[in-house]
Amino acid sequence: MFRQSLAVTLINLKSIPQRPGMSIATIISVALVVGVLLGFSAMANGFRATVQGTGSQDVAIFLRSGAQAELNSGLSRDEVRLIEEAPGLARDSGGEAIASAELYVIVDGTKRSSGTDANIPLRGVGEDAALLRQNFELVEGRMFAPGSNDLVVGRSVQREFSGFEMGEEIRLGNNNWQIVGVFSTGGTVFDSEIWADLGVIQNLYNRGSGVQTVRARLENPDAIERVRAYAENEPRLNLDVQAEQAYYASQAGATSDLIMYLGWPLSIAMAIGAFAGAWNTLYSSVDRRTREIATLRAIGFSGFPAFVGTMAEALMLSAIGGLVGAAAVYLLFNGVSASTLGGSFTQIVFSFAVTPSAIIAGIVMALVIGFLGGLVPAIRAARVPILAVHAD
Amino acid sequence: MTEDLRQDTLYQLDHVSKSYTRGKERVDIFTDLTMQIGRGEFIAIMGPSGSGKTTILNLLGGIDRPSAGEIAFKGQRIDNLGQGKLATWRAHNVGFIFQFYNLMPTLTAIENVELPLLLLKMSGKERRRRAETALDIVGIADRAGHKPRQLSGGQQQRVAIARAIVADPAVLMCDEPTGDLDRESANSVLETLQLLNTELGKTIVMVTHDPAAASFAKKELHLDKGRFVEREALA
Repeated sequence: MFRQSLAVTLINLKSIPQRPGMSIATIISVALVVGVLLGFSAMANGFRATVQGTGSQDVAIFLRSGAQAELNSGLSRDEVRLIEEAPGLARDSGGEAIASAELYVIVDGTKRSSGTDANIPLRGVGEDAALLRQNFELVEGRMFAPGSNDLVVGRSVQREFSGFEMGEEIRLGNNNWQIVGVFSTGGTVFDSEIWADLGVIQNLYNRGSGVQTVRARLENPDAIERVRAYAENEPRLNLDVQAEQAYYASQAGATSDLIMYLGWPLSIAMAIGAFAGAWNTLYSSVDRRTREIATLRAIGFSGFPAFVGTMAEALMLSAIGGLVGAAAVYLLFNGVSASTLGGSFTQIVFSFAVTPSAIIAGIVMALVIGFLGGLVPAIRAARVPILAVHAD
Repeated sequence: MTEDLRQDTLYQLDHVSKSYTRGKERVDIFTDLTMQIGRGEFIAIMGPSGSGKTTILNLLGGIDRPSAGEIAFKGQRIDNLGQGKLATWRAHNVGFIFQFYNLMPTLTAIENVELPLLLLKMSGKERRRRAETALDIVGIADRAGHKPRQLSGGQQQRVAIARAIVADPAVLMCDEPTGDLDRESANSVLETLQLLNTELGKTIVMVTHDPAAASFAKKELHLDKGRFVEREALA
């Protein structure tokens, strides 16, 4: 039976070039499905990798209770002072907590890719802000001077948005700013931000002395529990305290899930079209080879090899489609930088990441399309009446 | 024909009927047919369209079943075999030759000839050797690597004959084997069939419209209204 199936499979596969139009249409339709699925998946993976890669285990982020995101949070100066007194926080040689109270406002930037406006976070930070970001590196220029209208911009902002070149003066809202430095944090969310002195931001945006978050270095990752206990037992504080890494992981989930909620239905809708295409192609293939199949049956072959051969043809076409789709997405999008709206209504710049697991998922989807599209034609092939040997 | 008792009977048909249902109507192709075919015969079955020539061939070849009656091959009934056993029986005992050759267009001549051998226990080397021998017998060994579209009609039919004989079956079923060929190619193919009959002892049952083709057979049977009229051929 194996030799019969192998022989019929080879006959089928060799016959594919005899139906170039339909075969190519099937390959393309499957490739499109896999391409769309992988495109969305690469977007979600890239976004998730960027956001989840942000934040440290030994940095705590303090938000107002229930705020969930920085933009919704608000902390008073007194609360900031109480936070800085928490046990478990790392302290400098002077005994001061290594902490940065931060204020987060949204400004407009113009995307280089589309020329359209998009939101960029402008973060007012304290002197310790750089110490609280892993891999922080000033790649050009200098840090802002306290009390000045200096800006330092993340590398991704400079890459994706126009007008943020070193030394340029830029107008954000009603205020003019000077770009004095470019920083990198190794591709994390912070690279999509602009930083300035906290006091200046508070002043220019009429925020008084309030901030939205406090970041503070922990003595060690386990110290987060002591800090949390302190915040819960201190009646003047009403806070959510999380390790920064956990905070960004939760932020990543919602948006990447949303991307896939869009991607899957679109892929499935297209998959139905590809399934119909595969079905049609294979039906046509079986029709055209009816006499050949009947001849094999007359010679003594059973129906099963005809089934196997047709399924093999379906799976081969869909696998080629899957590989073409995956290769196209990988070559066109993998590592390509893009930006999308993050959890705080600002643009987060990330790179498309076509991962091996996404490619496998795409190929599996292609094979499922091939299997379902080939199933009925294959059954039909197995049931071709032997008397069709006389068909002309 | 029923009186033509031979000791070396290959086929025995007893009271065989065949009918089809077309919608609600039953169409009888023939009823109560009894006949024998001996080993080494070369029979041409002729008759008008719709007379049941091809149906007889299908029944003898085991690719169709009678509506009633019994068909025995070498004393063993084949009309009551299951599909799988009947397929195995065909693989070992019958070679088919069709009007339109029925070769696999994507395979070379030798690959086509090897197909029936895939059903037998045999090494790849032995398969290739036997296929080469079969192609040699029909005089087309030099075209072994050609695909059907690279061969003339006559050459394609020779490949089909090689495929039919490669498993060394006792009987060849030929359905209008020269119906798609010019006279010269047809004669050449028929001479090959004649050779297979006389030299290799293959029993041949050939359906044809063509009296010239039938003249190559040892015996002509004329099927008319479901009955055979026998006539010894002159050729």
